[in-house]
Amino acid sequence: MFQLIKRNIKGFRLPMILSVVTLVVHAVMDLYLPTINANLTNNGMARGDIPYIIRMGALMMGAVAFSTIAMIGSSYFSSKTAMGLGKNMREEFFRHVQSLSKGDIDKVGTASLITRGTNDVQQVTNAAVMMLRMMLMAPTMFIGGIVMAWQKCPQLAWIILCALPPIALLMLYMLKNGLPLFKSIQKKVDTVNQVVREYLSGIRVIRAFCKDTYETERFDIANLDLKEVSLKVARMLAFMMPVLMLIINATNIAIVWIGGHYMLDGKVEVGDLTAFITYVSMILISLMLMSMMFVVLPRASASADRINEVFHIESTVADPESAADIRALRGGYVTFDDVSFSYPGADMPVLEHISFSTKPGEVTAIIGGTGCGKSTLINLLPRFYDATEGRILLDGVDIRELKQAELRAKIGLVPQKSFLFTGTIADNVRYGKQDATDEEVTEALKTAQAYDFVSEMDEGIHTQVTQGGTNVSGGQRQRLAIARALVRKPDIYIFDDSFSALDFQTDAALRKALFAQIHDSSVFIVAQRVSTIMNADRIIVLNDGVIAGTGTHAELMKTCEVYREIVYSQHSESEVG
Amino acid sequence: MADNNTNRQSMPVRPGMGMRRGGPPGSRPVEKAKDFKGSLKRLLTYLGAHRFLILIVFVMAILSSLFGVLSPKVLARAMNILYDGFVTIIGGTRPEIDFAAIAKILGLLAVLYLLNAAFSYLQSYIMAGISQNVIYRMRREVDEKLTKLPISYFDQNARGDILSRITNDIDNIGNTLQQAAVQVITSSVTVVGVLVMMIYISPLLALIVVLSIPLTMLITMGIAKKSQKYFTKQWNDLGNLNGHIEEMFTGASVVKAYGYEDEAIRKFCEQNDALYENSRKAQFISGVIMPLTGTVNNLSYVLICIVGGMGVINGTISFGDVTAFIQYQKQFSQPITQMANLMNVLQSAVASAERVFELLDEQEEEERAELVEKPQAVRGEVVFDHVSFGYSPEKTLIKDMNIHVQPGQLVAIVGPTGAGKTTLVNLLMRFYEIGSGSIRVDGIDIRDLKREDLRDIFGMVLQDTWLFSGTISDNIAYGSPVKDQAKVREAAQSAHIHRFIKTLSEGYDTILNEEGTNISQGQKQLLTIARAMISQPDILILDEATSSVDTRTELMIQKAMEKLLKGRTSFVIAHRLSTIRNADLILVMRDGDIIEQGTHEELMGKPTFYAQLYNSQFAQ
Repeated sequence: MFQLIKRNIKGFRLPMILSVVTLVVHAVMDLYLPTINANLTNNGMARGDIPYIIRMGALMMGAVAFSTIAMIGSSYFSSKTAMGLGKNMREEFFRHVQSLSKGDIDKVGTASLITRGTNDVQQVTNAAVMMLRMMLMAPTMFIGGIVMAWQKCPQLAWIILCALPPIALLMLYMLKNGLPLFKSIQKKVDTVNQVVREYLSGIRVIRAFCKDTYETERFDIANLDLKEVSLKVARMLAFMMPVLMLIINATNIAIVWIGGHYMLDGKVEVGDLTAFITYVSMILISLMLMSMMFVVLPRASASADRINEVFHIESTVADPESAADIRALRGGYVTFDDVSFSYPGADMPVLEHISFSTKPGEVTAIIGGTGCGKSTLINLLPRFYDATEGRILLDGVDIRELKQAELRAKIGLVPQKSFLFTGTIADNVRYGKQDATDEEVTEALKTAQAYDFVSEMDEGIHTQVTQGGTNVSGGQRQRLAIARALVRKPDIYIFDDSFSALDFQTDAALRKALFAQIHDSSVFIVAQRVSTIMNADRIIVLNDGVIAGTGTHAELMKTCEVYREIVYSQHSESEVG
Repeated sequence: MADNNTNRQSMPVRPGMGMRRGGPPGSRPVEKAKDFKGSLKRLLTYLGAHRFLILIVFVMAILSSLFGVLSPKVLARAMNILYDGFVTIIGGTRPEIDFAAIAKILGLLAVLYLLNAAFSYLQSYIMAGISQNVIYRMRREVDEKLTKLPISYFDQNARGDILSRITNDIDNIGNTLQQAAVQVITSSVTVVGVLVMMIYISPLLALIVVLSIPLTMLITMGIAKKSQKYFTKQWNDLGNLNGHIEEMFTGASVVKAYGYEDEAIRKFCEQNDALYENSRKAQFISGVIMPLTGTVNNLSYVLICIVGGMGVINGTISFGDVTAFIQYQKQFSQPITQMANLMNVLQSAVASAERVFELLDEQEEEERAELVEKPQAVRGEVVFDHVSFGYSPEKTLIKDMNIHVQPGQLVAIVGPTGAGKTTLVNLLMRFYEIGSGSIRVDGIDIRDLKREDLRDIFGMVLQDTWLFSGTISDNIAYGSPVKDQAKVREAAQSAHIHRFIKTLSEGYDTILNEEGTNISQGQKQLLTIARAMISQPDILILDEATSSVDTRTELMIQKAMEKLLKGRTSFVIAHRLSTIRNADLILVMRDGDIIEQGTHEELMGKPTFYAQLYNSQFAQ
């Protein structure tokens, strides 16, 4: 955690130092008050010197004012520092995630990544506020209290020394037993939440399988577990405070008793005794503050761990040190050269020995069963993943020798899950080409068969899309995602099962308009429906990660058993003819 | 707790502040309960079971705070003796201190301290047990309640809301019980006790302290109001920023594919900077409250020193009393500031309790009083007899529906979206209760069966797959009581998902995360099919079970299913009509009615809606 904070505090070092300085000034002022008070007692009260009392009183007022100003300053600088830390941390996190490949992101999971980037960062920031405001105060007061007490009455200081070992022992006990317990509570809470969340999302299945009792038992186990750990923690905390108090109070009694005897011998004065008692209580308060770290720190450090986990993921897809010049390359010439891909540690590869090449104007279709590796195959092209074996060439150059951004600028991808961003429809289309004119946007929408429904909307292309695109239907979303790719006029089009939510007529009309336009580009289509890809120049039939056949529809109908099976699963033999 | 007897020094930062739940202080408005009294009363009934213990806790809390109030006064007596002794010392007369008296006082003090510590420990110890028990019971009650609620409840209420009642709200109640409940008592006892002591010692000094309270409150409220503006801005900014993060992470592949990373980062930084500015200001302004109130306290402390000091000289007040008074001043201001906070905590706890009670009071699924035993062997005859149903009373979706399914038949239900296909399944499984008519399985009205017994007859695969976080093999084995790895593999093979599983890093032990981001929708469907295959039900329901699976795999699964379906009645809802051509009975639904029924050949032979649907699917 401290590594994380240290790295991200940069730019806010000065406010941090100032916040520490002001806090120390405040603590010192507070430490100074009892000493003035002791003087007031010894020299003013006991000796009947009223002007002295007033003088000392004024001094105390001054100290209070000074302390207040320091504390306000500290509040200012600590806010600046802690919020700055949060800002930097969030930014570093966001930038880092942007640099990761899709495969890296999938390892953590999107939802978890979001939580880490928001909640966890917040937790660490909160802890930083707390630390800057209190945790630093505690050691200052602790050490300052001891020093002042020592200075006031060195003869009595040994009493503090006697009180310290039991306190240290208590703290050590808490540290050793408390920290793991606090961490474990967080986990148990997560488990309870998870069981309920799953119950709520799977209610139909759970009831259908009559697993209500089983789920209730699961919950009860998690619930009981949580209760037991929480109880342990609560009782531990219940134990700590009174014991700490008792130690301090015993110290006070000892001070009064022993101090009284010293006073008789003329070694101490009565004001010193009260000051001494005060300092001892300040030491106590500083210890209590430190004990608060048990609550705040474990939570923050667990959050920091989760954030660091993400930072430790190194992007598996990296830009080359000296990239090849993409402008020298002709787009649309794509070659897969004996490409294989497998997830690390898997028994079987997802793709094995894939080889083929395409030229501009050609449509390459990829068809095959669920989980046969179609999506993986086309995800290799924009380098969402890198091939484990073999190479993918763009006009003869290995794509790993190109800059990712430049490579992707040549590609218009329509992903399987058509994702829209908040903003207008035009904004979403312009995602493909930032400087596209309204005409270009409209044209792309028309080709994508989206213009009709867009123009029926109240504000046309300036209609707002809600987050995740919930105010348009699945089919409409897909068409907008297609328009986004079209407006780019890229060298390579990738349609990853992008026609699935369209009805048959729209699908056909869209393809017709599409192919009339994109003759200068290489087109890759992943599809489930045979009718979508029947007219492709090249159909690649994938079966369990290997190419089962390549060719046109007519060729494959003759040579490829798997292809025939796919076709017949969708059309009766008479229909295919 | 009011036991910091020697807590003298100005301590603007109070331990309680750090324990505040969630976010930065003063951030969200306190929620209010609709029926504060009623909900509070009901919440108290949960404590009723621990009545005796709570009484003990209260007595101990009162005693420990009383001891806390008394001990400074006792200590003052010792200090007076010391002071008098000190005056004799500097006065040059023969030094004289009555140590026997001091010993007696200190002995008494030691007893007070010990009792105080013991009571406050015992009190927290017992209260921890009580509050943990209460929230454990509450959680269990809510969870059990969930199993009794009809599906319609879950359809009508957001998951996040239900979840938050079980977790956040109950947590909130627990924390309040643990700390605030006792604090209310200790704080009020302390405030009253200390006030009495202060007035008893010196009405003049007491006036100084009492006057400082409105000043503190004025400062606190004034600044809190001002900072609220920035807090609101901060929450808005945070919401925007988190929204942006969520969007960019969810759409990561689009962001990357279109090289939008830099733009995303630019926008992020912009929002991040705005958040920084507002949160910094909010933090700063609210952070000023404590030093200012601390200053007020310090000022009254200084005044007490001055006025008290002069009083000692005049002989109107003893030295010990001044030191005691200084302690009282500290003891007094803490619970006062605490009390305001406590009221908020209590209010929000009662509001939380109210939300939990709302859930507990929801209408449960009803079970008939006299139930019929589940038949030993289910033949699988299913009859819909004049069934009517609507999701809301005003709107009838299904009117007078009659279906007769013979044992072992494969029934396909087709029709456009919203025709009521899934509703039929909902009624069969008794996820919803029919309005009128009856549904009979093997001649038994399904309402005469226990719900579990009824559902035990059916195996179901739904379109929206559900997988829980756990390994793949656990997920497949969910339907069967025995975990047999060989059977799991066999089912996975029949569902054509075995090879895919083997491509994963951990194979069958791969942990599926909750959102299931690591596998595709089609693969999820195959897993749930494997789950149904292992459970061997009497009647099988497939509701768009293979909608995301490719057609060839679908065909292969169908072949594998034939074995499973043999002799079993089964209902298949499909939008791909090619898959149901061999059904024994095809029900064509539209707007809640069955408009046509028959076999594929029968329906295709006539100009039916079915024929129209079927042909449109293969239009080129």
